[in-house]
Amino acid sequence: MKEMDLLTANNISKQYANHLALDDVSVAVPKQSIFGLLGPNGAGKTSLIRIINMITAPDKGNLIFKGEKMHYDHVKNIGYLPEERGLYRKMKVGEQALYLAQLKGLGKPEAQKKLKSWFEKFDIDKWWNRKVEELSKGMQQKIQFIVTVVHEPELLIFDEPFSGFDPINVNLLKDEIFRLRNEGATILFSTHNMASVEELCDHIALINKSQKILDGKVKEIKQQYRANIFAVSFNGSAEPLVGFLNDKFSILDEYEEEGLRNAKIKIQPGYDANDLLNVMIKNVKIHSLQEILPTMNDIFIDKIREQDGHE
Amino acid sequence: MNKILLVIKREYLTRVRKRSFIIMTFLGPLLMASVIILPIIFSQISDQSKKTILVLDETGVFYGKFEDSDNIQFQYITTDIETAKNNLLKNEDDGLVYIPRTELNLPSSAVLYSKKQFPASIRSYIRNIMKKEVEALKLAASGIDQEVILSIKAKINLVSIKIDKDGAEEKTFTEVSMVLGIFAGILIYMFIFIFGAQVMRGVIEEKTNRIVEIIVSSVKPFQLMMGKILGLALVGLTQFLLWIILTFAIVSVFQVAYADQIPKESLTQVVPGQEQIMMQEEEMHADTEQQNVARAFEIIRTIDFGVMILGFLFYFLFGYLLYAALFAAIGSASDTEVDTQQFMLPVSIPLILSLVMAQFVMRYPDGPLAFWFSIIPLTSPVIMMVRIPFGVPYWELYLSMALLILGFLGTTWLAGKIYRTGILMYGKKINYKELWKWLKYKS
Repeated sequence: MKEMDLLTANNISKQYANHLALDDVSVAVPKQSIFGLLGPNGAGKTSLIRIINMITAPDKGNLIFKGEKMHYDHVKNIGYLPEERGLYRKMKVGEQALYLAQLKGLGKPEAQKKLKSWFEKFDIDKWWNRKVEELSKGMQQKIQFIVTVVHEPELLIFDEPFSGFDPINVNLLKDEIFRLRNEGATILFSTHNMASVEELCDHIALINKSQKILDGKVKEIKQQYRANIFAVSFNGSAEPLVGFLNDKFSILDEYEEEGLRNAKIKIQPGYDANDLLNVMIKNVKIHSLQEILPTMNDIFIDKIREQDGHE
Repeated sequence: MNKILLVIKREYLTRVRKRSFIIMTFLGPLLMASVIILPIIFSQISDQSKKTILVLDETGVFYGKFEDSDNIQFQYITTDIETAKNNLLKNEDDGLVYIPRTELNLPSSAVLYSKKQFPASIRSYIRNIMKKEVEALKLAASGIDQEVILSIKAKINLVSIKIDKDGAEEKTFTEVSMVLGIFAGILIYMFIFIFGAQVMRGVIEEKTNRIVEIIVSSVKPFQLMMGKILGLALVGLTQFLLWIILTFAIVSVFQVAYADQIPKESLTQVVPGQEQIMMQEEEMHADTEQQNVARAFEIIRTIDFGVMILGFLFYFLFGYLLYAALFAAIGSASDTEVDTQQFMLPVSIPLILSLVMAQFVMRYPDGPLAFWFSIIPLTSPVIMMVRIPFGVPYWELYLSMALLILGFLGTTWLAGKIYRTGILMYGKKINYKELWKWLKYKS
């Protein structure tokens, strides 16, 4: 385990009746990172998250939190927004928020003070004495978010945070995630929304069929899975590309746009972008050249197909 | 531990502040008080009108024999029956007793004419007087003096006395014990069902609101379950206590307000509770009021109220706790109240069975049936309460209590295992096979 990891899960296995939910999964969540736990539905993400929250216990494996073997007192350092989330409908908003904050170990006056300032920040303070059932869905989501973070946990766990949130709240949530990370929190979230992964995460782990099949820094993974594909735009010669490109290069796509010719070219192993430029400079006027890195979505689908194919 | 207290506090406060709780708290005592008070009021109302009854006695046997009572006044007339009937319709009088002439025999029948149906009490009053008179005449005819008859009439007062090993004697009053026991048993039965169902509904509510996973990320599922169960136990005890206090208050207010209008004996019969109702039957011929009261005190003394009250509180609480955990487990395995029905049956059967058995146990409180049902934890809360007023050997009581505590720990442990898996299962139809698997999961 590295010194800078806030949480590591080592060789976690969890068996439900006829179903192995997690099979020897290990992940390390670096401190102050935004860590994406990815995988299709039913892959085991929620099972792992529940184990980290100590809601269920693993059959095998252990958890290390802040360098110690994880024990129940650590849950007050965690804020958890589950995928299946809601509030007591008949209870007053403020009272309910106070209750949940106190369950996380905050004293009543302290909880009151912090909640008030969050309510003001999200402009919902006048709803303090209303019942939850009178609130709109968007407002309930804000309250759910507040009670997840109010005790200033070191580790925040969001299970599919963007599902069910309206676009305004999604943005609010994203901004808060960045802000909390910058203030020192570590964020672990599970999702199958790849766009949000590109945007937010600096680390990921990909889980499929109860096994971890990929993990690491997003940048490094992208580098690792680069396919040597370049986008070139150029003009000049009317000669088709195939006329002068030799078999070191294969053309994946070619089209014209706003007077420029564009192509996607894959460079065969052993050659690089300079070789491509050398050939092209002689024939056309280069406008731009850019490497196309695979999207997380591509990698995600490739890896899952690869694993499913092996079976 | 602190977290359990928070859960208990929430469960307690949200429920006690509910409108339905407040309404029930006031409605319950009103109902109970009216059960006690209304019969008195009604009897006062019906007693108020004084009835005048004419007596047309063609035999002459009963002249002057009908004594006026508090609400009946008799008047003797000598017209013929047709005019008497016509007059009855025209005049204010309420009724007419017509005793037709008999030739040889003593009169054995009479007709009571009335404009309105007379209550049974008046009919039997008249019949009794006639019967007594005819009997006296018959006795006289056979040469036996009435005085002799009165002197040989026997009145037996059977006092039952229980002797224990130390030779101490104790009078027993079976009927009182029966009523006390069955009353306590039914109360426990109702408390378990009403508040057990509330536990179940509370669990389902947390599931359908989807708040449960948020809570169990701060509190262990077992703590949440126990907090809910204990919180509701306190709600139940609060309501029960308020009922007793309020019922007592209402009856006392009534007693003060109507003290002048109501004859003393009807209140003394009512206020101390159940005991006297049974006594009334036994003591129809109570000689004097003092004796009556003395007897009431004697009866109250024979009941071991220390054991009774402590026993009641113990079985009330632990009976509820034993079942509440099962109800919580049922709730956790269901998404709606409809889903609970398949699991309700096995939990309800022992409870309903114990209420059915209570009637047998009441008659044979020391039989083997009573013994076993009062030892087995699932039925002991109701059955033991039925037995306690009859006196139960201490070793049986302690065994039953110890087993009930063990039973409570056992069901709570089992229920906790089902609960912690069930609360996180959504939209899945659960059967018994599934529950069995949950029991085997590692926490």
